Amino acid sequence: MNGVHDFGGMDGLGPIDYETNEPVFHAEWERRVFALTLAMGCTGAWNLDMSRHARERTPPAEYLAASYYEIWLSGLERLLDETGLLSRAELDARVAALRAAAD
Amino acid sequence: MGKHRHTEPPSDLVLRVKALESLLVEKGLVESAALDVLIDTYENKVGPRNGAKVVARAWSDDAYKARLLTDAGAAIAELGFTGRQGEDMLVVENTPKVHNLTVCTLCSCYPWPVLGLPPVWYKSAPYRARAVRDPRGVLREFGLELPDDVEIRVWDSTAELRYLVLPERPAGTEGLGEDDLAKLVTRDSMIGVAKASAPGRPEEARP
Repeated sequence: MNGVHDFGGMDGLGPIDYETNEPVFHAEWERRVFALTLAMGCTGAWNLDMSRHARERTPPAEYLAASYYEIWLSGLERLLDETGLLSRAELDARVAALRAAAD
Repeated sequence: MGKHRHTEPPSDLVLRVKALESLLVEKGLVESAALDVLIDTYENKVGPRNGAKVVARAWSDDAYKARLLTDAGAAIAELGFTGRQGEDMLVVENTPKVHNLTVCTLCSCYPWPVLGLPPVWYKSAPYRARAVRDPRGVLREFGLELPDDVEIRVWDSTAELRYLVLPERPAGTEGLGEDDLAKLVTRDSMIGVAKASAPGRPEEARP
């Protein structure tokens, strides 16, 4: 199945942006998304191909605008919702509660 | 994908990740301490120094190199490097007439046990797009100009098979032991966008 993620050979995407002495992660939330994804992968609720496919189903415009770990987050949320382990509604409600507490 | 090198996430994103972790912990699906271990492993313990040891061994020991080129996974495991995203590996050897370059056009497949997690540029749209279409131009962008008679082979990684480039041993390194040789082996030389460093100036090399 093709999709927006299939970049091989595509024109017009600009120069390669090389960062010297690049850190492994660029923000704490990236560390958490990385580890949550790996840890949930170990539960056996899905396999590696399903994870990849979940990321590839990120809507194309969103995929192009997202950073790498944003795409991982999108894939993880999709798998959790589809497997019934955590619905989007429940996640949205918790986000709203955290925001209200922070305000 | 390419423009977000320095991520300055909106607080929405940070809140969302916090919400997600707190819910998964409450449901007993993950433990925060286990997440910390995973992060420490991939941030501090697994990285391209592992791959450099593999390359230095191959440069020093012909029998090891032969095993590495025929059964990479087993040869890499001999040095103790195993684990996820390294289950099936192929090592491709650079020679004066062949230069190998690795990419994952679809996403970010990369040999974690020997190189750690991939840099942002490796996962970026521009590299994924052009490595397969204009590898010579991509190498030039990395400062590596190869003669026209050097064949460039591009390997597109998948979740089933990941690649490690065995760079050429630099000239003038005949007397060096494995530890000193390993210092010349950069991450980029094992991806294939650079050559191994010349002796005496590894500190100037890119990662």
